[in-house]
Amino acid sequence: MLQTMRDYLRSLLLLELFQGLGVTGRYLFKTKFTVQYPEEKAPLSPRFRGLHALRRYENGEERCIACKLCEATCPALAITIEAEPRADGSRRTTRYDIDLFKCIFCGFCEESCPVDSIVETSCYEYCFEQRGEHIMTKERLLAIGDQYEAEIAAARAADAPYR
Amino acid sequence: MPEIRNYTLNFGPQHPAAHGVLRLVLELDGEVIARADPHIGLLHRGTEKLAETKPYNQSIGYMDRLDYMSMLCNEHGYVRAIEQLLGIEAPVRAQYIRTLFDEITRLLNHLLWLGTHGLDVGAMTMFLYCFREREDLMDCYEAVSGARMHAAYYRPGGVYRDLPEQMPRYPEQRSKWHSEADFKRRNEARQGSLLDFIEDFTNRFPGYVDEYETLLTDNRIWKQRTVGIGVVSPERALQLGFTGPMIRGSGFAWDLRKKQPYAAYDQVDFDIPVGQNGDCYDRYLVRVEEMRQSNRIIKQCVAWLRENPGPVMIDDHKIAPPPRAEMKADMEALIHHFKLFTQGYCPPAGEVYAAVEAPKGEFGVYLISDGANKPYRVKVRAPGFAHLSAMDEMARGHMLADVVAIIGTMDIVFGEIDR
Repeated sequence: MLQTMRDYLRSLLLLELFQGLGVTGRYLFKTKFTVQYPEEKAPLSPRFRGLHALRRYENGEERCIACKLCEATCPALAITIEAEPRADGSRRTTRYDIDLFKCIFCGFCEESCPVDSIVETSCYEYCFEQRGEHIMTKERLLAIGDQYEAEIAAARAADAPYR
Repeated sequence: MPEIRNYTLNFGPQHPAAHGVLRLVLELDGEVIARADPHIGLLHRGTEKLAETKPYNQSIGYMDRLDYMSMLCNEHGYVRAIEQLLGIEAPVRAQYIRTLFDEITRLLNHLLWLGTHGLDVGAMTMFLYCFREREDLMDCYEAVSGARMHAAYYRPGGVYRDLPEQMPRYPEQRSKWHSEADFKRRNEARQGSLLDFIEDFTNRFPGYVDEYETLLTDNRIWKQRTVGIGVVSPERALQLGFTGPMIRGSGFAWDLRKKQPYAAYDQVDFDIPVGQNGDCYDRYLVRVEEMRQSNRIIKQCVAWLRENPGPVMIDDHKIAPPPRAEMKADMEALIHHFKLFTQGYCPPAGEVYAAVEAPKGEFGVYLISDGANKPYRVKVRAPGFAHLSAMDEMARGHMLADVVAIIGTMDIVFGEIDR
Protein backbone atom coordinates (compact mmCIF):
# COMPACT_ATOMS: atom_id res chain seq x y z
CA MET A 1 0.00 0.00 0.00
CA LEU A 2 2.76 2.36 1.05
CA GLN A 3 4.71 1.38 -2.05
CA THR A 4 1.74 2.12 -4.28
CA MET A 5 1.34 5.52 -2.66
CA ARG A 6 5.01 6.25 -3.07
CA ASP A 7 4.96 5.21 -6.74
CA TYR A 8 1.88 7.31 -7.33
CA LEU A 9 3.44 10.36 -5.73
CA ARG A 10 6.67 9.84 -7.59
CA SER A 11 4.79 9.64 -10.85
CA LEU A 12 2.66 12.65 -10.04
CA LEU A 13 5.60 14.86 -9.13
CA LEU A 14 7.44 13.98 -12.38
CA LEU A 15 10.39 13.02 -10.22
CA GLU A 16 12.35 11.05 -12.83
CA LEU A 17 11.92 13.78 -15.41
CA PHE A 18 13.36 16.35 -13.01
CA GLN A 19 16.25 14.05 -12.17
CA GLY A 20 17.00 13.82 -15.88
CA LEU A 21 16.73 17.58 -16.17
CA GLY A 22 19.17 17.80 -13.27
CA VAL A 23 21.77 15.84 -15.24
CA THR A 24 21.42 18.01 -18.31
CA GLY A 25 21.24 21.13 -16.15
CA ARG A 26 24.50 20.34 -14.44
CA TYR A 27 26.19 19.99 -17.81
CA LEU A 28 24.99 23.47 -18.68
CA PHE A 29 27.49 24.87 -16.22
CA LYS A 30 30.33 22.42 -16.75
CA THR A 31 33.23 23.17 -19.05
CA LYS A 32 32.49 22.06 -22.55
CA PHE A 33 34.38 19.22 -24.15
CA THR A 34 33.89 20.42 -27.73
CA VAL A 35 37.00 20.80 -29.85
CA GLN A 36 36.47 23.81 -32.10
CA TYR A 37 37.81 22.06 -35.13
CA PRO A 38 39.47 24.30 -37.68
CA GLU A 39 41.16 26.39 -34.97
CA GLU A 40 41.78 23.54 -32.57
CA LYS A 41 42.69 20.01 -33.45
CA ALA A 42 42.29 16.70 -31.73
CA PRO A 43 45.49 14.87 -30.86
CA LEU A 44 46.90 12.51 -33.48
CA SER A 45 48.95 9.45 -32.72
CA PRO A 46 52.20 8.81 -34.60
CA ARG A 47 50.50 5.73 -36.02
CA PHE A 48 47.82 7.79 -37.76
CA ARG A 49 47.06 6.68 -41.30
CA GLY A 50 46.21 9.64 -43.46
CA LEU A 51 47.21 10.90 -46.87
CA HIS A 52 50.02 9.03 -48.58
CA ALA A 53 53.47 10.34 -49.34
CA LEU A 54 56.67 9.13 -50.95
CA ARG A 55 59.83 9.89 -49.02
CA ARG A 56 63.36 10.74 -50.04
CA TYR A 57 66.72 10.02 -48.47
CA GLU A 58 68.55 12.93 -46.89
CA ASN A 59 70.64 13.42 -50.02
CA GLY A 60 67.47 13.99 -52.07
CA GLU A 61 67.42 10.58 -53.70
CA GLU A 62 63.97 9.04 -53.76
CA ARG A 63 63.65 5.99 -51.59
CA CYS A 64 61.34 3.93 -53.76
CA ILE A 65 63.17 1.15 -55.57
CA ALA A 66 60.11 -0.11 -57.46
CA CYS A 67 59.98 -3.49 -55.73
CA LYS A 68 56.20 -3.32 -56.16
CA LEU A 69 55.55 -4.92 -52.80
CA CYS A 70 52.95 -2.26 -51.96
CA GLU A 71 51.24 -2.86 -55.28
CA ALA A 72 51.10 -6.58 -54.55
CA THR A 73 49.84 -6.24 -51.01
CA CYS A 74 47.28 -3.49 -51.57
CA PRO A 75 43.89 -5.09 -50.84
CA ALA A 76 42.03 -2.47 -52.86
CA LEU A 77 44.39 -2.60 -55.87
CA ALA A 78 44.75 1.15 -55.58
CA ILE A 79 48.45 1.33 -56.45
CA THR A 80 49.81 1.20 -59.99
CA ILE A 81 53.55 1.10 -60.57
CA GLU A 82 55.61 1.06 -63.72
CA ALA A 83 59.38 0.86 -63.50
CA GLU A 84 62.44 1.16 -65.71
CA PRO A 85 66.17 1.35 -65.11
CA ARG A 86 67.23 4.98 -64.87
CA ALA A 87 70.10 6.46 -66.91
CA ASP A 88 72.53 5.69 -64.07
CA GLY A 89 71.39 2.07 -64.07
CA SER A 90 69.40 2.13 -60.83
CA ARG A 91 65.86 0.82 -60.84
CA ARG A 92 63.27 3.49 -60.24
CA THR A 93 59.56 3.96 -60.86
CA THR A 94 58.42 5.84 -63.92
CA ARG A 95 54.86 5.83 -62.70
CA TYR A 96 53.56 5.54 -59.17
CA ASP A 97 49.84 6.18 -58.92
CA ILE A 98 47.59 5.79 -55.90
CA ASP A 99 43.90 6.00 -56.56
CA LEU A 100 42.53 7.56 -53.40
CA PHE A 101 38.98 6.58 -54.30
CA LYS A 102 40.02 2.93 -54.13
CA CYS A 103 42.35 3.23 -51.16
CA ILE A 104 40.91 1.92 -47.89
CA PHE A 105 43.71 3.37 -45.71
CA CYS A 106 44.61 0.02 -44.20
CA GLY A 107 48.29 0.89 -43.98
CA PHE A 108 49.51 -2.33 -45.59
CA CYS A 109 51.58 -0.43 -48.15
CA GLU A 110 53.54 1.28 -45.43
CA GLU A 111 53.85 -1.98 -43.54
CA SER A 112 55.22 -3.77 -46.57
CA CYS A 113 57.64 -1.12 -47.83
CA PRO A 114 61.17 -2.39 -47.19
CA VAL A 115 62.76 1.07 -47.60
CA ASP A 116 60.15 3.19 -45.73
CA SER A 117 59.35 4.98 -48.94
CA ILE A 118 55.56 4.93 -49.12
CA VAL A 119 54.12 6.20 -45.86
CA GLU A 120 50.78 7.36 -44.61
CA THR A 121 51.18 10.82 -43.16
CA SER A 122 49.14 12.47 -40.44
CA CYS A 123 47.58 14.77 -43.01
CA TYR A 124 43.83 14.31 -43.14
CA GLU A 125 42.76 17.66 -44.55
CA TYR A 126 42.69 17.22 -48.28
CA CYS A 127 40.07 17.54 -50.92
CA PHE A 128 39.70 17.21 -54.65
CA GLU A 129 38.50 20.14 -56.69
CA GLN A 130 38.93 18.71 -60.19
CA ARG A 131 38.04 15.36 -61.63
CA GLY A 132 41.13 13.20 -61.77
CA GLU A 133 42.80 14.76 -58.75
CA HIS A 134 42.10 11.65 -56.73
CA ILE A 135 44.89 9.91 -58.61
CA MET A 136 48.01 10.75 -56.64
CA THR A 137 50.84 10.75 -59.09
CA LYS A 138 54.47 10.19 -58.22
CA GLU A 139 55.24 13.92 -58.37
CA ARG A 140 52.43 14.82 -56.01
CA LEU A 141 53.31 12.03 -53.59
CA LEU A 142 56.94 13.14 -53.52
CA ALA A 143 55.85 16.74 -53.02
CA ILE A 144 53.75 15.75 -50.01
CA GLY A 145 56.69 13.78 -48.72
CA ASP A 146 58.96 16.82 -49.02
CA GLN A 147 56.41 19.05 -47.37
CA TYR A 148 55.81 16.84 -44.34
CA GLU A 149 59.22 15.13 -44.05
CA ALA A 150 59.95 16.42 -40.54
CA GLU A 151 56.59 15.20 -39.21
CA ILE A 152 56.85 11.89 -41.03
CA ALA A 153 60.33 11.21 -39.71
CA ALA A 154 59.32 12.12 -36.16
CA ALA A 155 56.27 9.84 -36.29
CA ARG A 156 58.29 6.92 -37.70
CA ALA A 157 60.94 7.41 -35.02
CA ALA A 158 58.30 7.48 -32.29
CA ASP A 159 56.73 4.28 -33.49
CA ALA A 160 59.90 2.42 -34.47
CA PRO A 161 60.19 0.37 -31.22
CA TYR A 162 56.79 -1.19 -31.83
CA ARG A 163 57.24 -2.27 -35.41
CA MET B 1 -19.25 -0.63 -51.59
CA PRO B 2 -15.61 0.27 -52.14
CA GLU B 3 -13.02 -2.38 -51.44
CA ILE B 4 -11.07 -1.75 -48.23
CA ARG B 5 -7.39 -2.31 -48.71
CA ASN B 6 -4.43 -2.00 -46.44
CA TYR B 7 -2.18 0.94 -47.01
CA THR B 8 1.32 0.06 -48.14
CA LEU B 9 4.09 2.30 -46.96
CA ASN B 10 7.73 2.38 -47.98
CA PHE B 11 9.86 3.00 -44.92
CA GLY B 12 13.33 3.91 -46.11
CA PRO B 13 15.85 3.36 -47.65
CA GLN B 14 16.40 7.06 -47.01
CA HIS B 15 14.52 7.26 -43.74
CA PRO B 16 16.71 8.71 -40.99
CA ALA B 17 15.40 6.15 -38.49
CA ALA B 18 16.09 3.24 -40.82
CA HIS B 19 19.71 3.01 -39.66
CA GLY B 20 21.34 3.05 -43.03
CA VAL B 21 19.76 1.54 -46.06
CA LEU B 22 16.92 -0.57 -44.75
CA ARG B 23 13.89 -0.54 -46.98
CA LEU B 24 10.84 -1.73 -45.11
CA VAL B 25 7.63 -2.29 -46.99
CA LEU B 26 4.95 -1.88 -44.36
CA GLU B 27 1.38 -2.94 -44.84
CA LEU B 28 -0.70 -0.76 -42.58
CA ASP B 29 -4.17 -1.29 -41.27
CA GLY B 30 -4.82 2.23 -40.13
CA GLU B 31 -1.75 2.85 -38.00
CA VAL B 32 -1.28 -0.80 -37.07
CA ILE B 33 1.33 -2.88 -38.83
CA ALA B 34 -0.25 -5.78 -40.68
CA ARG B 35 2.97 -6.93 -42.32
CA ALA B 36 6.56 -5.70 -42.28
CA ASP B 37 8.72 -6.80 -45.15
CA PRO B 38 12.39 -5.82 -44.97
CA HIS B 39 14.13 -5.48 -48.32
CA ILE B 40 17.87 -5.80 -48.02
CA GLY B 41 20.82 -5.77 -50.34
CA LEU B 42 21.29 -2.05 -50.90
CA LEU B 43 24.71 -2.09 -49.26
CA HIS B 44 25.90 -5.35 -50.77
CA ARG B 45 29.60 -5.06 -51.53
CA GLY B 46 30.46 -8.70 -52.07
CA THR B 47 32.94 -8.93 -49.22
CA GLU B 48 32.76 -12.71 -49.09
CA LYS B 49 33.46 -13.07 -52.80
CA LEU B 50 36.13 -10.38 -52.63
CA ALA B 51 37.91 -12.30 -49.90
CA GLU B 52 38.22 -15.30 -52.21
CA THR B 53 40.33 -13.28 -54.60
CA LYS B 54 43.06 -12.13 -52.25
CA PRO B 55 45.53 -13.63 -49.78
CA TYR B 56 44.16 -14.21 -46.29
CA ASN B 57 45.71 -11.19 -44.58
CA GLN B 58 44.49 -8.71 -47.16
CA SER B 59 40.85 -9.24 -46.24
CA ILE B 60 41.34 -8.13 -42.63
CA GLY B 61 40.63 -4.53 -43.57
CA TYR B 62 37.40 -5.55 -45.26
CA MET B 63 36.17 -7.29 -42.12
CA ASP B 64 36.22 -3.91 -40.35
CA ARG B 65 33.75 -2.68 -42.86
CA LEU B 66 31.18 -5.41 -42.34
CA ASP B 67 29.66 -4.30 -39.09
CA TYR B 68 31.18 -0.87 -39.12
CA MET B 69 30.16 -0.24 -35.53
CA SER B 70 32.08 -3.16 -34.05
CA MET B 71 35.19 -3.22 -36.17
CA LEU B 72 37.67 -5.20 -34.14
CA CYS B 73 35.19 -7.91 -33.15
CA ASN B 74 34.67 -8.70 -36.82
CA GLU B 75 38.41 -8.86 -37.34
CA HIS B 76 38.66 -11.12 -34.33
CA GLY B 77 36.21 -13.58 -35.85
CA TYR B 78 38.08 -13.69 -39.14
CA VAL B 79 41.52 -13.83 -37.58
CA ARG B 80 40.45 -16.59 -35.24
CA ALA B 81 39.19 -18.65 -38.16
CA ILE B 82 42.56 -18.30 -39.90
CA GLU B 83 44.38 -19.19 -36.70
CA GLN B 84 42.33 -22.34 -36.30
CA LEU B 85 43.03 -23.24 -39.90
CA LEU B 86 46.75 -22.74 -39.40
CA GLY B 87 46.70 -24.43 -36.02
CA ILE B 88 48.43 -21.55 -34.27
CA GLU B 89 47.64 -19.56 -31.21
CA ALA B 90 48.44 -15.95 -30.45
CA PRO B 91 50.69 -15.13 -27.47
CA VAL B 92 48.92 -14.49 -24.16
CA ARG B 93 49.56 -10.78 -24.25
CA ALA B 94 47.96 -10.56 -27.67
CA GLN B 95 44.98 -12.50 -26.33
CA TYR B 96 44.57 -9.97 -23.56
CA ILE B 97 44.96 -7.05 -25.95
CA ARG B 98 42.28 -8.62 -28.11
CA THR B 99 40.00 -9.06 -25.12
CA LEU B 100 40.62 -5.46 -24.11
CA PHE B 101 39.86 -4.13 -27.56
CA ASP B 102 36.88 -6.40 -28.09
CA GLU B 103 35.36 -4.89 -24.99
CA ILE B 104 36.27 -1.36 -26.05
CA THR B 105 34.53 -2.22 -29.30
CA ARG B 106 31.51 -3.45 -27.36
CA LEU B 107 31.37 -0.14 -25.51
CA LEU B 108 31.71 1.75 -28.79
CA ASN B 109 28.89 -0.23 -30.31
CA HIS B 110 26.56 -0.08 -27.34
CA LEU B 111 27.19 3.63 -26.90
CA LEU B 112 26.31 4.29 -30.50
CA TRP B 113 23.30 2.02 -30.17
CA LEU B 114 22.13 3.83 -27.04
CA GLY B 115 22.64 7.21 -28.64
CA THR B 116 20.83 6.44 -31.87
CA HIS B 117 18.10 4.40 -30.23
CA GLY B 118 17.50 7.31 -27.90
CA LEU B 119 17.47 9.67 -30.85
CA ASP B 120 14.96 7.49 -32.70
CA VAL B 121 12.66 7.37 -29.74
CA GLY B 122 13.04 11.05 -28.96
CA ALA B 123 15.83 11.43 -26.40
CA MET B 124 18.15 13.82 -28.18
CA THR B 125 20.57 14.38 -25.30
CA MET B 126 21.65 10.74 -25.12
CA PHE B 127 23.21 11.06 -28.53
CA LEU B 128 25.50 13.86 -27.41
CA TYR B 129 26.56 12.18 -24.19
CA CYS B 130 27.22 8.83 -25.84
CA PHE B 131 29.33 10.39 -28.54
CA ARG B 132 31.44 12.15 -25.95
CA GLU B 133 32.50 8.78 -24.54
CA ARG B 134 32.91 7.30 -27.99
CA GLU B 135 35.43 10.02 -28.70
CA ASP B 136 37.70 8.79 -25.89
CA LEU B 137 37.39 5.21 -27.04
CA MET B 138 38.10 6.09 -30.63
CA ASP B 139 41.21 7.87 -29.43
CA CYS B 140 42.28 4.51 -27.98
CA TYR B 141 41.63 2.92 -31.35
CA GLU B 142 43.69 5.58 -33.04
CA ALA B 143 46.54 5.41 -30.59
CA VAL B 144 46.90 1.71 -31.10
CA SER B 145 46.18 1.22 -34.78
CA GLY B 146 46.31 4.62 -36.45
CA ALA B 147 42.68 4.71 -37.52
CA ARG B 148 39.70 5.84 -35.53
CA MET B 149 37.37 3.20 -36.88
CA HIS B 150 38.73 0.80 -39.48
CA ALA B 151 41.63 -0.37 -37.43
CA ALA B 152 43.07 -3.39 -39.32
CA TYR B 153 44.90 -4.19 -36.10
CA TYR B 154 44.43 -7.90 -35.42
CA ARG B 155 46.54 -10.31 -37.41
CA PRO B 156 46.61 -14.08 -37.52
CA GLY B 157 49.08 -14.90 -34.76
CA GLY B 158 48.55 -11.82 -32.62
CA VAL B 159 48.14 -8.12 -33.11
CA TYR B 160 50.16 -5.81 -35.32
CA ARG B 161 51.85 -3.60 -32.71
CA ASP B 162 52.09 -3.45 -28.97
CA LEU B 163 50.19 -0.79 -27.03
CA PRO B 164 51.92 2.59 -27.18
CA GLU B 165 53.72 3.91 -24.12
CA GLN B 166 52.65 7.44 -24.89
CA MET B 167 49.16 8.72 -25.42
CA PRO B 168 48.92 11.54 -27.98
CA ARG B 169 48.19 14.91 -26.38
CA TYR B 170 46.49 18.13 -27.30
CA PRO B 171 48.90 20.90 -28.27
CA GLU B 172 49.04 23.16 -25.22
CA GLN B 173 48.66 26.56 -26.79
CA ARG B 174 45.99 29.16 -26.45
CA SER B 175 43.30 29.29 -29.11
CA LYS B 176 40.41 31.58 -29.87
CA TRP B 177 38.17 29.31 -27.81
CA HIS B 178 40.23 27.81 -25.04
CA SER B 179 43.02 28.87 -22.78
CA GLU B 180 46.23 26.99 -22.18
CA ALA B 181 44.85 25.74 -18.87
CA ASP B 182 41.90 24.15 -20.67
CA PHE B 183 44.22 22.08 -22.79
CA LYS B 184 46.35 21.24 -19.78
CA ARG B 185 43.26 19.86 -18.09
CA ARG B 186 42.32 17.89 -21.16
CA ASN B 187 45.80 16.45 -21.26
CA GLU B 188 45.70 15.29 -17.66
CA ALA B 189 44.44 11.84 -18.57
CA ARG B 190 46.88 11.69 -21.47
CA GLN B 191 50.09 12.11 -19.53
CA GLY B 192 50.87 8.43 -19.32
CA SER B 193 50.54 5.45 -21.60
CA LEU B 194 47.49 4.18 -23.42
CA LEU B 195 46.76 1.86 -20.51
CA ASP B 196 46.71 4.81 -18.11
CA PHE B 197 44.28 6.56 -20.39
CA ILE B 198 42.02 3.52 -20.60
CA GLU B 199 42.17 3.05 -16.84
CA ASP B 200 41.20 6.66 -16.31
CA PHE B 201 38.31 6.09 -18.67
CA THR B 202 37.14 2.97 -16.82
CA ASN B 203 37.13 4.94 -13.58
CA ARG B 204 34.97 7.65 -15.12
CA PHE B 205 32.71 5.44 -17.17
CA PRO B 206 30.39 3.92 -14.50
CA GLY B 207 29.43 7.48 -13.54
CA TYR B 208 28.50 8.19 -17.13
CA VAL B 209 26.39 5.05 -17.31
CA ASP B 210 24.59 6.20 -14.17
CA GLU B 211 23.82 9.44 -15.97
CA TYR B 212 22.41 7.59 -18.97
CA GLU B 213 20.27 5.56 -16.64
CA THR B 214 19.04 8.65 -14.81
CA LEU B 215 18.01 10.07 -18.15
CA LEU B 216 16.34 6.96 -19.53
CA THR B 217 15.67 4.04 -17.23
CA ASP B 218 12.82 5.54 -15.24
CA ASN B 219 11.81 8.10 -17.80
CA ARG B 220 8.13 7.71 -18.53
CA ILE B 221 8.39 8.61 -22.20
CA TRP B 222 11.19 6.11 -22.71
CA LYS B 223 9.20 3.44 -20.91
CA GLN B 224 6.04 4.17 -22.85
CA ARG B 225 7.96 3.76 -26.06
CA THR B 226 9.81 0.57 -25.15
CA VAL B 227 7.99 -1.49 -22.49
CA GLY B 228 5.97 -4.27 -24.07
CA ILE B 229 7.16 -3.46 -27.59
CA GLY B 230 8.55 -6.22 -29.79
CA VAL B 231 8.21 -9.02 -27.24
CA VAL B 232 10.02 -12.23 -28.15
CA SER B 233 9.66 -15.32 -25.99
CA PRO B 234 12.83 -17.27 -25.15
CA GLU B 235 11.69 -20.27 -27.19
CA ARG B 236 10.90 -18.13 -30.18
CA ALA B 237 14.20 -16.24 -29.83
CA LEU B 238 16.01 -19.56 -29.98
CA GLN B 239 14.04 -20.68 -33.03
CA LEU B 240 14.69 -17.41 -34.82
CA GLY B 241 18.43 -17.79 -34.34
CA PHE B 242 18.82 -14.75 -32.11
CA THR B 243 22.15 -14.19 -30.43
CA GLY B 244 23.72 -11.52 -28.29
CA PRO B 245 21.61 -9.03 -26.37
CA MET B 246 18.57 -10.01 -28.42
CA ILE B 247 18.42 -13.50 -26.93
CA ARG B 248 19.68 -12.40 -23.53
CA GLY B 249 16.91 -9.81 -23.42
CA SER B 250 14.44 -12.69 -23.74
CA GLY B 251 15.94 -14.31 -20.67
CA PHE B 252 18.22 -16.90 -22.27
CA ALA B 253 21.73 -16.66 -20.84
CA TRP B 254 23.66 -17.38 -24.01
CA ASP B 255 27.01 -15.71 -24.38
CA LEU B 256 29.89 -17.15 -26.38
CA ARG B 257 32.37 -15.45 -24.08
CA LYS B 258 31.17 -17.77 -21.33
CA LYS B 259 29.95 -20.80 -23.26
CA GLN B 260 32.87 -21.15 -25.64
CA PRO B 261 35.55 -18.93 -24.14
CA TYR B 262 38.08 -17.53 -26.58
CA ALA B 263 40.96 -15.07 -26.22
CA ALA B 264 41.32 -14.34 -22.50
CA TYR B 265 37.65 -14.46 -21.57
CA ASP B 266 38.11 -17.50 -19.37
CA GLN B 267 40.65 -15.54 -17.32
CA VAL B 268 38.48 -12.53 -16.58
CA ASP B 269 35.55 -12.17 -14.26
CA PHE B 270 32.21 -10.92 -15.55
CA ASP B 271 28.51 -11.70 -15.48
CA ILE B 272 25.96 -12.16 -18.22
CA PRO B 273 22.93 -9.92 -17.74
CA VAL B 274 19.62 -11.39 -18.86
CA GLY B 275 16.22 -9.83 -19.32
CA GLN B 276 12.85 -11.17 -18.25
CA ASN B 277 10.16 -10.04 -20.62
CA GLY B 278 11.98 -9.95 -23.96
CA ASP B 279 10.74 -6.49 -24.88
CA CYS B 280 12.64 -3.44 -26.09
CA TYR B 281 13.02 -2.14 -22.55
CA ASP B 282 14.62 -5.34 -21.29
CA ARG B 283 17.04 -5.37 -24.17
CA TYR B 284 17.93 -1.81 -23.29
CA LEU B 285 18.61 -2.83 -19.69
CA VAL B 286 20.69 -5.81 -20.85
CA ARG B 287 22.84 -3.63 -23.05
CA VAL B 288 23.36 -1.02 -20.37
CA GLU B 289 24.40 -3.70 -17.90
CA GLU B 290 26.69 -5.18 -20.56
CA MET B 291 28.45 -1.84 -20.73
CA ARG B 292 29.14 -2.04 -17.01
CA GLN B 293 30.39 -5.60 -17.37
CA SER B 294 32.60 -4.61 -20.31
CA ASN B 295 34.02 -1.90 -18.12
CA ARG B 296 34.87 -4.55 -15.54
CA ILE B 297 36.59 -6.72 -18.13
CA ILE B 298 38.57 -3.75 -19.44
CA LYS B 299 39.77 -2.98 -15.92
CA GLN B 300 40.99 -6.52 -15.43
CA CYS B 301 42.71 -6.58 -18.81
CA VAL B 302 44.46 -3.28 -18.11
CA ALA B 303 45.70 -4.61 -14.78
CA TRP B 304 47.02 -7.78 -16.41
CA LEU B 305 48.62 -5.98 -19.35
CA ARG B 306 50.50 -3.66 -17.02
CA GLU B 307 52.07 -6.58 -15.19
CA ASN B 308 52.91 -8.80 -18.11
CA PRO B 309 54.94 -7.41 -20.98
CA GLY B 310 55.79 -9.82 -23.74
CA PRO B 311 55.48 -10.53 -27.42
CA VAL B 312 52.24 -9.67 -29.16
CA MET B 313 52.88 -11.67 -32.31
CA ILE B 314 53.95 -15.26 -32.81
CA ASP B 315 57.57 -15.81 -33.68
CA ASP B 316 56.88 -17.74 -36.85
CA HIS B 317 58.00 -15.74 -39.85
CA LYS B 318 56.16 -18.05 -42.22
CA ILE B 319 52.96 -16.46 -40.91
CA ALA B 320 53.85 -13.17 -39.28
CA PRO B 321 56.34 -10.77 -40.85
CA PRO B 322 59.60 -10.22 -38.96
CA PRO B 323 60.18 -6.93 -37.08
CA ARG B 324 61.36 -4.12 -39.31
CA ALA B 325 64.80 -3.81 -37.78
CA GLU B 326 65.42 -7.49 -38.39
CA MET B 327 63.98 -7.26 -41.88
CA LYS B 328 66.45 -4.53 -42.80
CA ALA B 329 69.47 -6.31 -41.38
CA ASP B 330 68.89 -9.95 -42.17
CA MET B 331 68.58 -11.44 -45.65
CA GLU B 332 66.40 -14.33 -44.57
CA ALA B 333 64.04 -12.01 -42.73
CA LEU B 334 63.80 -9.88 -45.86
CA ILE B 335 62.90 -12.94 -47.89
CA HIS B 336 60.20 -13.82 -45.36
CA HIS B 337 58.95 -10.25 -45.53
CA PHE B 338 58.68 -10.29 -49.32
CA LYS B 339 57.14 -13.74 -49.38
CA LEU B 340 54.51 -12.77 -46.81
CA PHE B 341 53.49 -9.55 -48.48
CA THR B 342 53.18 -11.06 -51.92
CA GLN B 343 52.09 -14.64 -51.62
CA GLY B 344 51.10 -14.75 -47.98
CA TYR B 345 50.83 -18.15 -46.35
CA CYS B 346 49.11 -21.35 -47.41
CA PRO B 347 47.08 -22.98 -44.65
CA PRO B 348 46.38 -26.70 -44.98
CA ALA B 349 43.21 -27.69 -46.80
CA GLY B 350 40.20 -27.91 -44.57
CA GLU B 351 37.25 -26.02 -43.27
CA VAL B 352 36.71 -24.19 -40.04
CA TYR B 353 34.06 -22.13 -38.31
CA ALA B 354 35.09 -19.60 -35.71
CA ALA B 355 32.67 -17.37 -33.86
CA VAL B 356 33.08 -14.52 -31.47
CA GLU B 357 30.57 -12.71 -29.33
CA ALA B 358 30.34 -9.45 -31.23
CA PRO B 359 28.35 -6.67 -29.56
CA LYS B 360 25.35 -7.56 -31.71
CA GLY B 361 25.54 -11.30 -31.27
CA GLU B 362 27.40 -14.26 -32.66
CA PHE B 363 29.68 -13.15 -35.46
CA GLY B 364 31.01 -16.22 -37.18
CA VAL B 365 33.34 -16.79 -40.09
CA TYR B 366 33.25 -20.04 -41.99
CA LEU B 367 36.41 -20.58 -43.98
CA ILE B 368 37.19 -23.27 -46.51
CA SER B 369 40.77 -23.64 -47.59
CA ASP B 370 41.94 -25.73 -50.50
CA GLY B 371 45.55 -25.30 -49.55
CA ALA B 372 46.11 -22.17 -51.62
CA ASN B 373 47.13 -18.74 -50.35
CA LYS B 374 43.57 -17.51 -50.75
CA PRO B 375 40.46 -18.85 -49.07
CA TYR B 376 38.34 -21.09 -51.26
CA ARG B 377 35.20 -19.78 -49.63
CA VAL B 378 34.42 -17.30 -46.88
CA LYS B 379 31.01 -17.19 -45.31
CA VAL B 380 30.18 -14.61 -42.72
CA ARG B 381 27.49 -15.30 -40.17
CA ALA B 382 26.16 -11.89 -39.31
CA PRO B 383 24.00 -11.60 -36.20
CA GLY B 384 22.00 -8.70 -37.62
CA PHE B 385 20.68 -10.83 -40.47
CA ALA B 386 18.92 -13.26 -38.14
CA HIS B 387 17.57 -10.39 -36.08
CA LEU B 388 16.23 -8.50 -39.06
CA SER B 389 14.50 -11.65 -40.32
CA ALA B 390 12.30 -11.47 -37.25
CA MET B 391 11.19 -7.96 -38.16
CA ASP B 392 7.78 -9.07 -39.38
CA GLU B 393 7.09 -11.17 -36.32
CA MET B 394 8.19 -8.49 -33.90
CA ALA B 395 6.45 -5.56 -35.56
CA ARG B 396 3.13 -7.18 -36.44
CA GLY B 397 0.26 -5.71 -34.44
CA HIS B 398 2.29 -2.75 -33.22
CA MET B 399 1.89 0.87 -34.23
CA LEU B 400 3.87 2.50 -37.00
CA ALA B 401 5.94 4.49 -34.50
CA ASP B 402 6.92 1.29 -32.72
CA VAL B 403 8.68 0.04 -35.86
CA VAL B 404 11.32 2.66 -35.19
CA ALA B 405 11.78 1.41 -31.64
CA ILE B 406 12.01 -2.19 -32.89
CA ILE B 407 14.59 -1.35 -35.55
CA GLY B 408 16.52 0.48 -32.87
CA THR B 409 16.41 -2.38 -30.41
CA MET B 410 17.66 -4.86 -33.00
CA ASP B 411 20.80 -2.79 -33.38
CA ILE B 412 21.08 -3.54 -37.07
CA VAL B 413 23.95 -2.32 -39.16
CA PHE B 414 23.66 -2.83 -42.85
CA GLY B 415 27.31 -3.39 -43.48
CA GLU B 416 27.04 -6.85 -41.99
CA ILE B 417 23.56 -7.76 -43.13
CA ASP B 418 24.21 -7.03 -46.79
CA ARG B 419 27.92 -7.79 -46.56
